[in-house]
Amino acid sequence: MASKKSSRTVYIVDGSRSPFLKARGVPGPFTASDLAVNSARQLLARQPFEPAEFDEVILGCIMPGAEEANIARVVALRLGCGKHVPAWTVQRNCASSMQSIDCAAQNIAMGRSELVLAGGSEAMSYAPLLFSKAMATWFGKFSSARDVGSKLKLLSRFRPSLLTPVIGLLKGLSDPVVGLSMGQTAEIVAHRFLITRQAMDAYAVQSHQRLFAAHEQGRLSEIEVLYDSDGKYYEHDDGVRADANIEKLATLKPVFDREFGLVTSANSSQITDGAAWVILASEAAVKKHQLPVLARVVDSEWAGLEPAQMGLGPAHAMAPILKRNKLKIEDVDYWEINEAFAAQVLACVEAWKDSQYCRSELHTRSAIGEIDQARLNVDGGGISLGHPVGASGARIVLHLCHLLEQNNANKGMASLCIGGGQGGAMLLERDSG
Amino acid sequence: MSKKAISKKPILKRQWKNWHLETDEDDIVWLHFDKAESSTNVFSADVFVEFFEVLDQLSEMNPKGLIILSDKENGFIAGANIEEFTQLESEEQALELIRVGQSAFDKLEALPFPTLSLINGFCLGGGMEMSLACDYRIALDEAKTRLGLPEVLLGIHPGWGGTMRLPRLIGAPAAMDLMLSGRTVSARAAKKMGIVDHIAPQRHLKRAAKILILKRPVIRTAGKIRAIANTGVARPLLAKYLRKQVAKRAPEEHYPAPYALIDLWEKYAGDEKTMLTEEAISVARLMSEGTAKNLVRVFLLQERLKSLGKGVDFQPKHIHVIGAGIMGGDIAAWCALKGLTVTLQDREPKFIAPAIKRAHALFKKRLKVPYLIQAAKDRLIPDLHGTGVKSADVVIEAIIENKEAKQKLFSQIESLLKPDTILATNTSSIPLDELSETLQQPDRLVGIHFFNPVAKMQLVEIVEGKNTSQENKNKAAKFCRCIDRLPLPVKSSPGFLVNRILMPYLMEAVKLLEDGVPAQIIDRAATDFGMPMGPILLADTVGLDICLSVAEILGEALGLNVPEALRKKVEAGEFGVKSGQGFYQYQKGKQVKGKVNANGSDSYSEDIADRLILQMLNESIACLREGVIGDMDMVDVGMIFGTGFAPFRGGPMHYMEHRGRQVIIDRLKELESQYGERFAADKGWQAVG
Repeated sequence: MASKKSSRTVYIVDGSRSPFLKARGVPGPFTASDLAVNSARQLLARQPFEPAEFDEVILGCIMPGAEEANIARVVALRLGCGKHVPAWTVQRNCASSMQSIDCAAQNIAMGRSELVLAGGSEAMSYAPLLFSKAMATWFGKFSSARDVGSKLKLLSRFRPSLLTPVIGLLKGLSDPVVGLSMGQTAEIVAHRFLITRQAMDAYAVQSHQRLFAAHEQGRLSEIEVLYDSDGKYYEHDDGVRADANIEKLATLKPVFDREFGLVTSANSSQITDGAAWVILASEAAVKKHQLPVLARVVDSEWAGLEPAQMGLGPAHAMAPILKRNKLKIEDVDYWEINEAFAAQVLACVEAWKDSQYCRSELHTRSAIGEIDQARLNVDGGGISLGHPVGASGARIVLHLCHLLEQNNANKGMASLCIGGGQGGAMLLERDSG
Repeated sequence: MSKKAISKKPILKRQWKNWHLETDEDDIVWLHFDKAESSTNVFSADVFVEFFEVLDQLSEMNPKGLIILSDKENGFIAGANIEEFTQLESEEQALELIRVGQSAFDKLEALPFPTLSLINGFCLGGGMEMSLACDYRIALDEAKTRLGLPEVLLGIHPGWGGTMRLPRLIGAPAAMDLMLSGRTVSARAAKKMGIVDHIAPQRHLKRAAKILILKRPVIRTAGKIRAIANTGVARPLLAKYLRKQVAKRAPEEHYPAPYALIDLWEKYAGDEKTMLTEEAISVARLMSEGTAKNLVRVFLLQERLKSLGKGVDFQPKHIHVIGAGIMGGDIAAWCALKGLTVTLQDREPKFIAPAIKRAHALFKKRLKVPYLIQAAKDRLIPDLHGTGVKSADVVIEAIIENKEAKQKLFSQIESLLKPDTILATNTSSIPLDELSETLQQPDRLVGIHFFNPVAKMQLVEIVEGKNTSQENKNKAAKFCRCIDRLPLPVKSSPGFLVNRILMPYLMEAVKLLEDGVPAQIIDRAATDFGMPMGPILLADTVGLDICLSVAEILGEALGLNVPEALRKKVEAGEFGVKSGQGFYQYQKGKQVKGKVNANGSDSYSEDIADRLILQMLNESIACLREGVIGDMDMVDVGMIFGTGFAPFRGGPMHYMEHRGRQVIIDRLKELESQYGERFAADKGWQAVG
């Protein structure tokens, strides 16, 4: 959005999401496309325009199922958008659906689109178990062996160990360039900014409490109930622990650096299935269909940084937005920084307070300042409701819109750290009054 | 190339009223069936007259091969023209009609060149028998293709060679199963069973046909193992087994056709020629008997209901159902199954979830193919906030039976509806005129009354109040046709037609119980008459609490006495199947069978059946007198499709005519003197002529 002056205003007019459902070791009740479809049908049904009037559908998803190639198109057709609405899938790892919103916003700003459905979906519980390369090679040779002799020979070389699966999810959550798991990168940023185990656990407890309160107070109207074929229904994010307490969390063992680490499963984001959507519209579309406006997409930024410290991505992506828009920290009413790890969110806060880091890494003259934690992730986040990789970006943007509306606030910042060493951020604005 | 060019015959065309043929560059004849002035191909007398001319022409031409195809969009051939059955005056005439078809297909089979039937949709009865007389069959691989010999559903069995040719082709066990059940199969199933040689998508159909004619592969017959069943040794054994199977579904005295088919096959299947002769004699005999005549009449009445809504300019796409209980949920599921987008509204997820579960099970059972199941699931949208109201073409209310609640709902949604949306209620007991009182446009309210279970009961009562506009009645009927249900127009009055006629029958059954007749005997009397289920078991199945509440509502309006025995059961919390105890005992939804009263033999007095059935006849007459229903035929078709009233008897009014009006009136008088004034003949009897 560099050429801001010539570009058109982009509005977010509505949105919805599924409850985020904790992965429980077996494939969950809904695939990625089921999640995306079932969380959007009511959203589309309540619009004053037909689904076929979208200019395009963009969906973020990094692990679509084998039968969900270009999952965005599968979902768009299942939603009844019709054959003439093009659809495409985007990947930017943890920020895939912030990317889809950014793409939608760009096309509207440029005048190529008027109405776009953008979101993300991930069924983490469907992450595949893969055959090892050795097994794939053996099987390939066996299938192409022509005669019984060579088949028998290959059979004699078969070992049960060949069947040991490769767990797709673990591969996805590791950085192949630096050889670290995501959890290990969190350990690194924790070390750099001296984040204690105690601070991480306290942050995690707060995340659960905040989400539970938001549920209790009925402030999560963005959730659409899902229904499965067994007569069960899913109303709420089911990973929330109202009874989470710091003593109990202190007993957990670290999971990434097992011997001496600080990052546990309880102060990391949960593995969940979920989908989230927003509808973006141009000024003309808002007028034509008399759409209610939730917020404007004002600016966005993508930043790259050291992959081993990917958790600091938000600090890098949000800083230029503040500068470009001549904003001080206090000007932003609400902050949503995706909770991949408690350590990483806290490290981002610390980084902005650290004048040396700000000068050398973010190229500012001094420290940016301290984000008020009372305005940061006020209704919980990835730790309490999970981080279905492709869906989290759209969820935090959607929730930020609702926060601005509920509190009659003006500006909000949404940001995520991105595995592989990136950060993404988006500035939203709403006319308060 | 040049050799071919020399031998190439000129393209030849010839046109009849119902047929036209054309040769192609390979000297193959393409014979198009396109019945004049009809949207559907059927074999009628005039079609056969021309078909013989076609066959003569073909013998003369002696082409490389013959491909028979349909020019109709909707399918291939539906079978015989059933209306002609009703004009038959004697067994001899029936025999004549059958022999015409038989000899036509014999001639077709005897043609010296390869013949092929190109099946592009339904291929039933006579159409199937014609196809069986061809050397090859190719079917369009689409959902609209259905093959079968459903004659038994009309009280006859195949008569144009089907009983001989189908067992020859696929073996007796599979063939007899198809013919005895009358069920139809998909293209894929037909291929698997060996009925067709190939299935192909539309784009390959004609090429596939041509390739087969030119290649002339071996003509298919049942394999050696399958053919064993057709041998003289095996036939009596299989016949015995089949009779036992059929007896479970239909007693011989009511439904003679399947038994006649088994006899025919057992005796004559060894010899093709005799089989054909005897097939014709057997069908002619069946055609002139009551059951076939009544079933044919029911079939034609069903067609009459199907034609309602025809030509109405209304193509509903989105249905909104309010109330996700058993009825609302199942109506929503059925509409989604039939291709409509459905929003299903209720107050809380816990009310919607069970409906979604039942719907998904229905889709799985009916659609089988995963992507079609998924599409149906995607079409059924849970709607907690009623967002579907404003965009739906039909809004169906199916909330609790409470006038104020329904009125309140209507006043909330009326202003949201699109101008041409029909507002429907599934009420079974509240008069429409009361419900429309509070509407700003009372003419838009129409009753669309489904029966439970929705997926099984074909009938839907279209209920009109005083204010209901003709346009909305028509639209409601069209909607029913869009979802493959039979619309029956009735006037709003307590119980409408079906429940009103059924209720005195159920109450009489309870009175019989009070008189000391064992439940099993009462039910036996009803099932022996031909009802699909006895009234006591039916009451238990519907739920005694529901029966009582309907009986009380109707009782008040119609002066019906509700038997104490029913009230006591409900007070004791014995509701029937759902509570495990009603008039019978149930375990896991299954009846626990007790012994019939020890000293009572199986016999029972004629009074029992008459007490039950005559209650229905009397109430039917009352409905006609009050104008609840248009005519006697509509009473019959309504009761047959709404309650399963013995189809072979042709419905209550047809049964009354069969026994004689005066006989029934006299019988009512006898019953009245014996059992009280509830048997007093309705004054409408005087008007029935």
